[in-house]
Amino acid sequence: MRPGLGSEILALTWEHFVLVATAVGIAVAVGVPLGILMTRRARLRVWLLGFANVMQTIPSLALFGFLIPVPWIGGIGPRTAILALVFYALLPVLRNTLAGILSVDAAVRESAVAMGMTERQILREVELPLAARTILAGIRVATVTTIGTATIAAAIGGGGLGVFIFRGIASVDTTQLLAGAIPAALMALLSDGAFSWIERKFSAA
Amino acid sequence: MEIIRPIASNPIVALRDVSYEIGGRLILDRLSLEVAAGETLVLLGRSGSGKTTLLKLVNGLLFPTRGVVEVEGMPTTRWDPIRLKRRIGYVIQEVGLFPHFTIAQNVGLVPRLDGMEPAAIAARVQHLLGEVGLDPQEFSSRYPRELSGGQRQRAGVARALAADPPLLLFDEPFGAADPITRLELQDQFLALRRTLGKSAMFVTHDVREALRLGTRIALLNHGRLETIAEPREFVRASSPEASAFLACLQEQEQEKEKEKHA
Repeated sequence: MRPGLGSEILALTWEHFVLVATAVGIAVAVGVPLGILMTRRARLRVWLLGFANVMQTIPSLALFGFLIPVPWIGGIGPRTAILALVFYALLPVLRNTLAGILSVDAAVRESAVAMGMTERQILREVELPLAARTILAGIRVATVTTIGTATIAAAIGGGGLGVFIFRGIASVDTTQLLAGAIPAALMALLSDGAFSWIERKFSAA
Repeated sequence: MEIIRPIASNPIVALRDVSYEIGGRLILDRLSLEVAAGETLVLLGRSGSGKTTLLKLVNGLLFPTRGVVEVEGMPTTRWDPIRLKRRIGYVIQEVGLFPHFTIAQNVGLVPRLDGMEPAAIAARVQHLLGEVGLDPQEFSSRYPRELSGGQRQRAGVARALAADPPLLLFDEPFGAADPITRLELQDQFLALRRTLGKSAMFVTHDVREALRLGTRIALLNHGRLETIAEPREFVRASSPEASAFLACLQEQEQEKEKEKHA
């Protein structure tokens, strides 16, 4: 092993983590409110789900490439990478927020309205708590897939563990490939475990 | 008679020439009736006769497309929709208890929304659970899924009573209960009426239940009010729909007679 590889792994793992956390954070901050809005507006639902679905079908390397020439939001670097990752993470968050809230028992919702709860109270005290597990499952999927997709960020100078992988491919160096792939896999496993722990906490309540 | 009708008090609910139409279909057709304070008006009718729609017009879940529905003398269209609903206890067939709330949280919901002190809510919940025949010690901290259907129904009634509303609406509340539980729930209803003396509108398609619980029975047929009468008179009603319902009753009696003689 090359000297300094250990510290480089640590640095790039941290970079990777920041990429993923920022992208998923934005996807949740945007996706959950949009998902809630979609439960209220059927027309919006069609458009937004359509958009998120289309984004999902674009090959990730191509999406990163498309974003480079876009002014303001595009260019080379982590900002563009995060934007592309947000687009991918959005669909599971949107879809699960929508599904979670729509699956709340109609009788429960009806009785909430009949008891004189305001729309805001129904959302905060009934719909969101009952949809929490489904929404969380969406965030879990978004996180795990983003950890994988984020390795491609290195292709447009976004940094992260993908740096090792692209370097490893270019120089046919298995050590470099593994230095990228193993931490990324571990990160995915760890985050999956963390989410399943949180989900168990939720279902115990 | 266990109900003492107050003399010349204003009706708590009044429907004046009310129609409700949706998608070109007339659900209620120029219906007028009043509910006096303290009485239980049973709305009897087949499925699709408009009974549930009528209840929803009273608590402002729906508004009439013609005529006026007045609650405590004010048209439902002029009530603040949230205040109106909190003035009226509503019990539906599926109960609709919140699965993520304990029984105590479910029953204490409306008082809490109305800003009652936690200590006062706790006391109120204890009292109400006792009132509907659920031991507060045993049931307060349980979740709805841990209760039987009948127990859930009792909790639903306690929740409807929580804010001490002057009017209660029951939408086939005991419809899903087995015959024995149903009888127990009806007894509970009668006992509560004796102690609390609240006004109630009670939807059912069971003529026995109607005769047992109603101080008056309103028979709905295709959105029209066909007969409105006290049980004593209702059994003598001669309209076709009333006869059809009363025939069910006689059928049951005959079955019993046969069994006796067998």
